[in-house]
Amino acid sequence: MNRSSMWEALSGIVKRDLLLAMRRRSDAAMSVFFLVIVASLFPLGVGPEPAVLRTIGPGVLWVAALLACLLSLSRVFTADYVDGALEQMVLVPQPLAVLVAGKVFAHWLISGLPVVLLSPLLGLQFGLDGAPLGVLVLSLLLGTPTLSMIGAIGAALVLGVRGSGLLVALLVLPLYVPVLIFGAGAVTGSMAGIGAEANLSLLGACLVLSLFLAPWATAAALRIALE
Amino acid sequence: MLQAVGLSCRRGERRLFSDLNVKVEPGTLLAVVGENGSGKTSLLRIFSSLLPPEEGSVLWDGQDIHQLKELYAGQLTYLGHLNGIKDDLTPLENLMSATSLAGEPCSNNGAKEALEAIGLKRPIHQLPSKVLSQGQKRRVTLARLWLSTRPLWLLDEPFTSLDVASTAVVTQRLLAHVQRGGLAVLVTHQEVALPAERLQHLRLAG
Repeated sequence: MNRSSMWEALSGIVKRDLLLAMRRRSDAAMSVFFLVIVASLFPLGVGPEPAVLRTIGPGVLWVAALLACLLSLSRVFTADYVDGALEQMVLVPQPLAVLVAGKVFAHWLISGLPVVLLSPLLGLQFGLDGAPLGVLVLSLLLGTPTLSMIGAIGAALVLGVRGSGLLVALLVLPLYVPVLIFGAGAVTGSMAGIGAEANLSLLGACLVLSLFLAPWATAAALRIALE
Repeated sequence: MLQAVGLSCRRGERRLFSDLNVKVEPGTLLAVVGENGSGKTSLLRIFSSLLPPEEGSVLWDGQDIHQLKELYAGQLTYLGHLNGIKDDLTPLENLMSATSLAGEPCSNNGAKEALEAIGLKRPIHQLPSKVLSQGQKRRVTLARLWLSTRPLWLLDEPFTSLDVASTAVVTQRLLAHVQRGGLAVLVTHQEVALPAERLQHLRLAG
């Protein structure tokens, strides 16, 4: 086991998952569609009052991004579990946590990164502009990988359980709440002129913590699921 | 050398086997036979370290496999009863991603040759795997045996849904593996056509 073979396994799993997502674009596009639909319906439902939209904008966009991530969580491990590829992943001469990190990174590239890239456009619908719009993108860039990391723990824990979609939501939502509060708080803070640094730093801390702990927790959960 | 010492396994309330001792020497193949539900697959999963035994231990060259961890995984090719084939990928992509994941990356040509060795012709290499038959999917999985240089092979019913010709080809490959000094543990319901001195049977009572 050396560094280069670890890197090979990591890039191999990311490439494979991206290739699979390319072959099934409709699955991958689902969470982005969900985000766009939710973010577009709110202005229609609430009414075109700019002050109201600006107030609710950060919260709505962050909640929509969070739910979009939640929707795609069940896809992270289920297919591999059903067709036996997960067994092969566990029996690889690399630490399982490395492969898990690769899978979560691929999941973020497929369902998290499009959300980040689309967010400035959706922010405009809510009358966000200038610095708050930048802060929105930055907060999502820091926050969505954290959501994927935490979500993977939940997705691994409920593998093979019936009704796992609801269960995974119950498991991970409490852990998502701080990310949501810091993320939406950063944008609101920037709009109110009190700065977003504090909230963004906390989001960064959440990301570092989840990068450090989530792969190991997920790997342990996967081993239990496969027993 | 692979050695099981005092293994016992319980699934739910049912005790599948207890105090099982078996030794697999280099250059030999252990065929695990027994009725459905007698614990053959569980035994193979214990050998692969996927499933921890209730009691006892599995030793690889005298060391417990749960202590060796990734070092043991580096000695092992495990093909379970699930194929691990992605329907959306072609056989070639499936084989190459499986081998690179296992830490034995192969070239495009190497993968093609392995697929041909097991009787999958070139036009099939580029089709999405979802149009393949069960036997063809099984062959895509088994093609890994032509690319594996690992000493220990653990195979769960490799001959399922294979035709007679492919069964013979896989048996030839197993023979070549044990003649090179490799070890193999096979869960099977069929007779394995290997010379008697290289073959050892383990019957699980169930």
